[in-house]
This record gives sequence, structure tokens and C-alpha cells, in this order.
Amino acid sequence: MSLSSENKMNVKLNNKDMAVNNINSEHRVVYDTKDLNLWYSDTHALKDINLEINEKEVTAIIGPSGCGKSTYIKTLNRMVELVPGVRTTGTITYKNKNILDKSFKVEDLRTQVGMVFQKANPFPKSIYENIAYGPKIHGIRNKKVLDEIVEKSLRGAYIWDELKDRLNENAYGLSGGQQQRLCIARCLAIQPDVILMDEPTSALDPKSTLKIEELVQELKKEFSIIIVTHNMQQAARISDKTAFFLNGEVVEFDDTNTIFTNPNDSRTEDYISGRFG
Amino acid sequence: MANSDSNNNTAVNVSEMIAQNKKKKNLSNFTEKSVPVILFLLASITVLTTIGILYTLITEAIHFFMEVPIWDFFTGTELRPLSQNPEFGLLPLLNGTIISSVIAMLVAGPIGLMSAIYLSEYASDRVRRVLKPLLEVLAGIPTIVYGFFAFTFVTPIIRAIWPQVEATNILSPGLVMGVMIIPMIASLSEDAMTSVPNAMREGSLAMGATKLETTFKVVIPAAFSGIIASFVLGISRAIGETMIVTIASGSSKNFTFDITESMQTMTAYIVEVSGGEAAAGTTIYYSLYAVALTLFVFTLIMNLLARYVSRKFREEY
Amino acid sequence: MDKLESIKSSSKMNARIRKNSIWKSIFFLSTLVGLVVLAILIVRVLGQGLAWLDWDFLTGRLSTSAERAGIMGAILGTVWVMIVVIPVTLIVGVGTAIYLELYAKKGKFQSFIATNISNLAGVPSIVYGLLGLTVFSRLMGLGNAVLAGGLTLALLVLPILIVSAQEALRAVPGYLSEASLAMGATKWQTIRRVVLPAAIPSILTGSILALSRAIGETAPLTVLGIPALLIPFPNGLFDTFTALPMQIYYWTLDSSLVAEYANLAAATIIVLLLLLFILNSVAIFIRNKFQQRY
Ligand SMILES: Nc1ncnc2c1ncn2[C@@H]1O[C@H](COP(=O)(O)OP(=O)(O)O)[C@@H](O)[C@H]1O
Ligand SMILES: [Mg+2]
Repeated sequence: MSLSSENKMNVKLNNKDMAVNNINSEHRVVYDTKDLNLWYSDTHALKDINLEINEKEVTAIIGPSGCGKSTYIKTLNRMVELVPGVRTTGTITYKNKNILDKSFKVEDLRTQVGMVFQKANPFPKSIYENIAYGPKIHGIRNKKVLDEIVEKSLRGAYIWDELKDRLNENAYGLSGGQQQRLCIARCLAIQPDVILMDEPTSALDPKSTLKIEELVQELKKEFSIIIVTHNMQQAARISDKTAFFLNGEVVEFDDTNTIFTNPNDSRTEDYISGRFG
Repeated sequence: MANSDSNNNTAVNVSEMIAQNKKKKNLSNFTEKSVPVILFLLASITVLTTIGILYTLITEAIHFFMEVPIWDFFTGTELRPLSQNPEFGLLPLLNGTIISSVIAMLVAGPIGLMSAIYLSEYASDRVRRVLKPLLEVLAGIPTIVYGFFAFTFVTPIIRAIWPQVEATNILSPGLVMGVMIIPMIASLSEDAMTSVPNAMREGSLAMGATKLETTFKVVIPAAFSGIIASFVLGISRAIGETMIVTIASGSSKNFTFDITESMQTMTAYIVEVSGGEAAAGTTIYYSLYAVALTLFVFTLIMNLLARYVSRKFREEY
Repeated sequence: MDKLESIKSSSKMNARIRKNSIWKSIFFLSTLVGLVVLAILIVRVLGQGLAWLDWDFLTGRLSTSAERAGIMGAILGTVWVMIVVIPVTLIVGVGTAIYLELYAKKGKFQSFIATNISNLAGVPSIVYGLLGLTVFSRLMGLGNAVLAGGLTLALLVLPILIVSAQEALRAVPGYLSEASLAMGATKWQTIRRVVLPAAIPSILTGSILALSRAIGETAPLTVLGIPALLIPFPNGLFDTFTALPMQIYYWTLDSSLVAEYANLAAATIIVLLLLLFILNSVAIFIRNKFQQRY
């Protein structure tokens, strides 16, 4: 199941290639955040965030716990609004529209922006129904189409081989790592443009973590991926760009290589070298 | 890893299909807007029920009080609704209600509390898992069955021991009502006692106190308001109980303290008059609502009191 | 120092320990009181009624002759009333619970409705009878038909169902609805396809318990003037009916006139308790079988 070490090398090489590519081919911006501030009632959780996130790259968000990583990523699909008393100012432009605008329909946004949570959260339904859920709520009823979507999404998350004979089993019977990949597959089923991941591997063992990291590398060919992680090695391994958050502010945002080898800000350096957080 | 066919070579374009479906989403938009309204209307049925109860009781009771002065009603010791010159004094009914409730609480209070102590402080997990569901069975028996039991079994036994007791009397239904209320007091008091933090018990046990001493000096004082709340709810339940007293205590409207005699409670009066011939519009008919209003106010006060007491209790931790 | 001494004086210590174990026995015996009464009640009812409980009794029509009397009419009446109670309480109860848990803003109004519901739960059942008599029987002209009885009992058990449905909905973990919302599902889609299905087993358990309560209720029916001496069987919502508890009530009262009636009442009680036992077993089965492993 796991890639050979040779393949791992490839992944790393790919990474470098991309970094080189970045200089030449201009990546379009998928999310343009300008002067974003967010309050939970009285807590000022995000302060003057300015970030341009590129399409079809992996953008990592790192920072100590409580610095606003989850808050930021949940603002990108407006899930943060589920918390009563949240206020925002500033703009986040996605496909030329400000998603923070009240007239922007959150359902449309979330159809195009998938999310994978810290703790795998499959529905207490069969594996098949988990994947078919998204297409169904968006009006796709044709059984043949659904079958195709299910297979394609499971293949996309590299668990088709493991699960193809268990499609009618309850998803709760799967291991933690499988559940998380099932959740990724569930995301893929509605073909989003962006996938948000909030510490997707923090509850997983190293082997499952590695599989998800490999998966992310594959997925970025098709999707823009924004991943929150508290694991700096992970950010270094899989991301193209890295944003370092501290106390609700973006301290530094740059190519991952730069952040990890030659950071501008001393606070970034402190964090990366493990001096706090 | 089977990566042979990648994601791209597929016939369906899901995002496009979804986008197309979105265009005909007007219906679901409508659903999304109307569902909360429908649910709100359903939720307001409970409010309407309360309004309905208050409105019917109050308006009909007002009719009654226009014919029978309110003071006479609450202080009258004579209740003769069917006689030539009828009298509508509440006191006989109030008396029957209070006496039956007192008897019931004399049974249910101590036994319920001691059961709660046993379940919360002494019983092993295994014993508790057997006893608690059995007590729930007791709570689930319909009151009509208790009424049957009181009338055809308990009363004859009491009469065998104590011959003065009449065939219908307040003692027997009072006792049976007490048994019926045991599970309620036991389970509510047990909840109150089990939520006393273990650290408090350990502190006492570590000083060499026995379980009994710990229970009485630490657990019960800490759970006191919860226990009181369970008693108050028990009383409220006894006041509102109908079938047991209707069947086993008969319908004589004696204003007496002799528990061997038949007495009528407020609830039993309502059953007698409404199930009987009282035509709408007569004073007897309206008296039903005056009695029911009194009953309602009594139980409401009890329930509010219980909630107030147990809320205070929750604040303690 | 006092303390140490008293501990050392072992006779005093022994006395305390003995006292503890005596009381332990007393507490245990108290717990048994209720159960012993329950056992006596059941043995007594079985002893009195079992001999009378046969096919003819179950399927027969009512008769003043104890030998020929049957309770089919009461059974059918109880079934018809449940046909009213089940949908009304489920729709109103679950709808109210969804509104309170998932739509209403946390605040004054929500806590007002919650307080109101818990007060309603404490209103004596006979008061519901008067409400039913005034509103359903007289105002709406339903008299003592199935519909009047069913609606009255539905209102009576509604608070039980609402509270248990609220608990069931609250127990559905938030991350499930988050998963659904994050895929672009609307709120109602999320409720209908994720939250409700996850809560349904507990809701069913609660509604069966509410139903058991309605089946055993007698007082409101007496107020509505539901007859016991009714020969024709009910065939619809607007027919007059009688119910099992009413049958027990009249036979118990009249047992002082005709001694056999007590046995008929006991036999009917067996039927009623059996029905409740089956319902509760189903409820427990559902609870255990579908308990979600979130
Ligand atoms: N639901 C909430 N209500 C109030 N404050 C919150 C809530 N969620 C997060 N916060 C606060 O916002 C800040 C950022 O939290 P979060 O985004 O979860 O941090 P991270 O994901 O980086 O650990 C923290 O100070 C936290 O206490
Ligand atoms: Mg977080």
C-alpha cells in the first residue's frame, strides 16, 4: 500500500519542481484575503489578515495552538458563522466575489469548497451513502451516475481497492485513517475547487498520516489545498507556501522553502526551531 | 496502490451537474424558508395548550364565582352540590386531598429516600442495574391498576385488621398512592445524591467515618435541595392523582380527619361531576372548573417550587 | 487527640460499624418494599384474572353477564385512540423539539417555551380532561368520539415526547451536521438527512414510552364521559368508543355489586399490562439495537 522509497523521492522532487515552476508559470489566486478581522463576541481572533492563496498549490497554515488557524480556515467556507456572535470585517475574494458579503450564498460557496476536519466525521451510514451524500443533496439522483461518482471519489482518495467490496458496510467500522480518507473522498464527490483541511492527521498514527500526505500531493494536481497543521515537518514536506500565524496575525507568508530555511521574521525562526508553541 | 485510472477520464462532470441543478432550486429555497415557520407553529401548540387550560378554567370558574361568592367557596365546610339548597364549600375536598397526600407522603417519603440512599451509597453496580429498572416498572403501572389493587385487595386486608375502616376510606388509597410515588422520589433523590462529588465522600471516609455517617453528615446535606425538590414533586403528584382515590375512597363529602372514613379529593369530585349528569351551564357544572382551577394552581405552585429549589441546588457545584 | 482515642476504643468503633450494617439492611429492605408490592400486585391480578382470560373474553362483546362479557370493544377503542395519538404526538412533538433545539435562538423565548413545557408535564391529567371536554367535546362538537379522546391524550403526553425528542436531538454530535453543512447542504437538508436519522431510534423509544402513558390513562377519559357499557365496536375517528382502562374502571367500581366483575377487571388489567410490557420491550429493543456508536 505505501509508496516505495523511490516514489517518496519522486514526491520530493515534484515538490521542488513545483517551486521552480512557480517562478515561471503564474498561478492564479484562488482566495484573496484583505484586511480580515474576526471577533468571537469579545475575542479578537483574527487581526488584519492579508493573504493571497494560489490555485492548485498546497498552502500550509502553521502556528501555536489558539493563534487562529482554525478560525481562518473556517472563515474561508464561512463555517465559522455557526458560532453565535461572530463578526467579521474586511474581504475575502473568491472567484471575483466577496464571500463575506451577506448576499453570498454559503451553500454555493461550500459546494465549491470542501472541508476535511480534525476528527474524521463520517456519517453513521454505509460507505456508499457517505460518498453519495453530497451529490444527492445537490440533486443528483441517477443511480448509475451516483455509482460512478462513488467509485471515482474513492479512487481519488486511494481507498477504492480497500473498500470496493465493503461499500454497504457502516463507515464506523473503518479504522481512523480509513475514515479520514473516506471523508476526503466524500469531499471529492462534489468536485470542489478548493479543499480545506484542519489538522487532518492530528488524530492519526504515523502510517495513516503518511498516506494522507501522499494523497494531498496527488490532489493538488486538481485542487487548491489549504491545510492547517501543527506539525512543522508536515508543512515542510507537503506544502508549496506556508503562512505562519501568531496571536491572530500573519507573521510571515512565503514559499515553504524560504519559511523553513531562511525566515524573515525572528518569531518565525523561533517557532520553527521549537522555541515556543 | 491502484492508481491506474486517475480522476480525469470520466464521463460525468459533477460540478457542472450540480451547477445546473442549482438553477432549479427555487423549490428548495421555498422549503428552507417555510420549514422554520411550520416548526414554529407546531412549537406554539404547547403554548396554546397552556393558554387553553388557563382560559377554560378561568372563564368557567368566573361563572361559578358569580353564583357562589369566592369567600364562601374557599371557607365553606359543606359540599352538597345535588341537594335542594346546594352548598359549594371547598374545604371537604381540600381536606380529602391533603389527607390522602399526607398519607401517601408518609409512605413514599421515607421509603423513597431510603431506597435512594441504598441505590446511591450502598448498592453495587450490579444490584443497581437490577433494582432500578424494576422500580421503573413500578412507576409505569397505570394508576387505574393501583386503584383496582387498593379497592379489591388493600382495603379488605385493612378492614380485616381494623374493622372500623369503611369499605371506601381514605387510608387505603393513600397508602397505595404512596407506593406509586416511591419510584419518583427514589429516582430523583438518587440523582441528587449521585451528583454529590465523590471527593466529599472520600474526605469523610478518610477521617474514619462509616458510610452511614458519611451519608447523613455529608451526602444528604449536600443533596438536600434535590431531595426536597423530589418530595415537592411527589406531593404535587399525590395532589393530582385521580383514579386511585376515585375508586377506593368513594364520594362522600365528609369534612373529617378520620382516615377510616370515605372522603373525596378535588380530583375525584371532578370525575364524579363531569362523568355524571351535570348539564353545561348549571352551577354544579361550573363548580367543576372552580375546583380544577384550585387544583391547577396548587400543582403549579408545587412544580415551580420544585424547579426553584433544584435550580438552587445545581448552583452549589 | 479525641478522635484517635475514640478510634482506638474498639468497642465504640464496633458499635458504629454495627450500626452502619444494620442501617444498610434497613435501606435495602426499603428498596424492596416497592418491589414486594409490585410482586403482590402482579400475583394477585394474575390469580384473579388468568382463569377468565380466554379467546372468547378477548374477542367477545361487552355483556352484563360476567360469563359472556368480552373486551374486544375496549381493545379496538384503545387501538383507535392510538391511531390518533401516535401521528399527532410524533408530528407536533418532534416538530417542537426540532424548533427548540435547532431553530429557536437561545434566549428568553426559548426558555419561556421550555418552562411552559415542563409546567405542562406537571399538570394533573384530569385537568387535560377538562380541557378536552371544553375544547374538543363541546366547542368542536366531537362529543365522546375517538378523535376527542385521542386529541386529549395526545396533548397530555406531548410534553413527555418533546422532552425526550429534545434529548435525542441534543445527543447527535455537532460534527455530523458540520460535515453536512460543509458540503453545501442547507440547514433543513442537514436536519432531515443527518440529524433526524441519527436521532430516530431515541425518538422512537421516547414516543413508545409516551404512548404507554396514554394507553394507561383513565382520568381524562372519565371527564370526557367515555362510556364503559358500550356494545357497538368503533369503526372510525368519529365513533363513540370505550378503552381498556375505562373497562377496568367500571368493572372495579361495580365489583361491589357483582363479585365476578373484579375478576373481569383483573383479566383486563392483564391484557393492559401485557400490552404495556410489549411496548416497553420494543422500546428497549430499539434503544439497544440502534444505539449509535458516534
Ligand atoms: N467558538 C469559539 N468561541 C469563542 N472563542 C473562540 C471559539 N473558537 C475559538 N475561539 C478563540 O479564538 C482563538 C483562535 O482559536 P482557533 O482558531 O481555534 O485556534 P487554532 O486553531 O489556531 O488552535 C482562540 O483564542 C480561541 O480561544
Ligand atoms: Mg484548531
